[in-house]
Amino acid sequence: MSAYSITEPSGRSKWFAGTLVILYALITMIPLAWIMLTGFKSPADAISYPPKVLFEPTLEGYVNLFTTRTRQTQEFLEANPPQNWADEIVRDYDMVIVGPSKFGERFLNSVIIGFGSTFLSIFLGTLAAYAFSRFKIPLADDLLFFILSTRMMPPIAVAIPIFLMYRNLGLSDTHLGMILLYTAVNISLAVWLLKGFIDEIPREYEEAALIDGYTRFQAFYKVVLPQAATGIASTAIFCLIFAWNEYAFAVLLTSATAQTAPPFIPTIIGVGGLDWPAVAAGATIFLLPVMIFTILLRKHLLRGITFGAVRK
Amino acid sequence: MAEVQLHNVSKSFKSTRAVIDMNLTVPDGAFVVLLGPTGAGKTTTLRLIAGLEKPDSGSVQIAGRDVAGETPAQRDVAMVFQQYSLYPHLTVRDNLAFPLRSPILKTPEDEITRKVNEVAEVLHIPHKLDNKATALSGGEMQRVSIGRALVRDPAIYLMDEPLSSLDAKLRADLRVELKRIHAELAATLLYVTHDQIEAMTMATHVGVLDEGNLVQFGTPREIYENPASTYVAARLGQPRINLLPAGTFDEDMPPNAHQIGLRPEHIAHGTGKAAHVVRVEHLGDQTRLHLKLGEHDVITLTEAHTALQPGETIQIAPRNPLFFDAAGVRIA
Repeated sequence: MSAYSITEPSGRSKWFAGTLVILYALITMIPLAWIMLTGFKSPADAISYPPKVLFEPTLEGYVNLFTTRTRQTQEFLEANPPQNWADEIVRDYDMVIVGPSKFGERFLNSVIIGFGSTFLSIFLGTLAAYAFSRFKIPLADDLLFFILSTRMMPPIAVAIPIFLMYRNLGLSDTHLGMILLYTAVNISLAVWLLKGFIDEIPREYEEAALIDGYTRFQAFYKVVLPQAATGIASTAIFCLIFAWNEYAFAVLLTSATAQTAPPFIPTIIGVGGLDWPAVAAGATIFLLPVMIFTILLRKHLLRGITFGAVRK
Repeated sequence: MAEVQLHNVSKSFKSTRAVIDMNLTVPDGAFVVLLGPTGAGKTTTLRLIAGLEKPDSGSVQIAGRDVAGETPAQRDVAMVFQQYSLYPHLTVRDNLAFPLRSPILKTPEDEITRKVNEVAEVLHIPHKLDNKATALSGGEMQRVSIGRALVRDPAIYLMDEPLSSLDAKLRADLRVELKRIHAELAATLLYVTHDQIEAMTMATHVGVLDEGNLVQFGTPREIYENPASTYVAARLGQPRINLLPAGTFDEDMPPNAHQIGLRPEHIAHGTGKAAHVVRVEHLGDQTRLHLKLGEHDVITLTEAHTALQPGETIQIAPRNPLFFDAAGVRIA
């Protein structure tokens, strides 16, 4: 007789569950892997049929992503030998690099706007959530519902009024404008998620800190914030992912100075034919910051997703 | 250390009156125990003194000054919470040092180290100082939370059932320890409990609370020997006082007496009324007799090696009885 436990899954069901999870992970990763591979293909390999899984890797996509190029005559090309490895790659198409593309700038805009609005959402959201959780606020329930109700319609439904408002206020195509917009959309999520986390932190900790000689703000800063770290981290990820991926408002409200990467990447397609490797290269680089951010905070994220599922 | 006074303090939560017109003086250097069942207003009284609650009316004075407008930090009180309330993100050492690092105390680091080690020694937790606060057993957490109060030298220590979640042995040890700390530091303590043994063994003064009212205040001996009502009489003493209808023993009594109260040790054997022995409990140092006197249950004490058996009959008579009127108020 082998001993068995009611609560511990058996070896076979563990194995089955593991296989299922791995299989699911592989399937969801196929498009991601395909994009990353495409970034290293030549344009011909990228659109060949049947699709190529094995190919000769090239940095052409990345060079095209980061540079602007012009076609030159044979005489010019012969008179001016290639300056570096990137130049060498574009010579295959009788082109020379004349300068950097806008991608770096757009990527930087995404970083400023994405992280800026995430920081602002978390900063305001934490303070508001703390106030809702701890203080007697008149009409607190109605206010919370009002905050939530801002998420009940798709944000893009108010695109036209916002477009007109932004034009009048001079916020169109500015970093500040985009940060405020994404913060406004994210703040309801932030307040609600963080209120849940802060509600779970017993008041006694703050009361103990008050008696131990601290002011309420110091108690909040030294006792509540460290314990809310998990909630803050997972909320930050959700806010960043939204702000980072947002496309519709970015297309509508930004063009020259504050354009983010999502509306920029598709514009590559229009420049000299369908340059899929450059698009894929842009998408790959665009993925990295959120990926790194999520991996750094993954411990908190898991706790954030399962939050509320288990009663302590 | 300082005297703490409450003058006509009342506090209600919605329709519940938690504390009603309380007048209480905790003398400087006293160990005052507030005794009462759950919901009697013990914890609310502590929180009113600490400044965690605002009284609806009345005033609180610490060391002679009215503290109405002061924050908990300014009141210079230390409090031990019933639920420990250790900061879970800090180590035991940082938990103990937390009050010393406050902007009010701003203790130098070497002084902090000295005090923390000293207190850890007293509470037998020096080997746990670098543990996370969450990695302790319940008893250790409770000791750390007591330690977090003891590192300070406040006007008064407020303790809210600090021993309630400990096992019997540790509770007995810490009772002795707290009493020793009280004597050594000449500290003023206000201590809340529903455990009468804690009240009897540690207190210099006991206040008995009943639904928000302070019904009696005095030394443990006074409260035990001269209870003001049946409620107070029933709170102290183990086994509980026997309350019987007045006249059960045909005794001399005041005209309006309604009940007679007999502590188990205040029953003489061998004379008086006949009672049936129902049960004999041998406790080692003494023996409890459960008797049936007419239709009333009576518990009394007898010698450890008694030969009495259930079913036998003995004579009992009152000795130093207490008399109460119909409302339960003591009249003689």
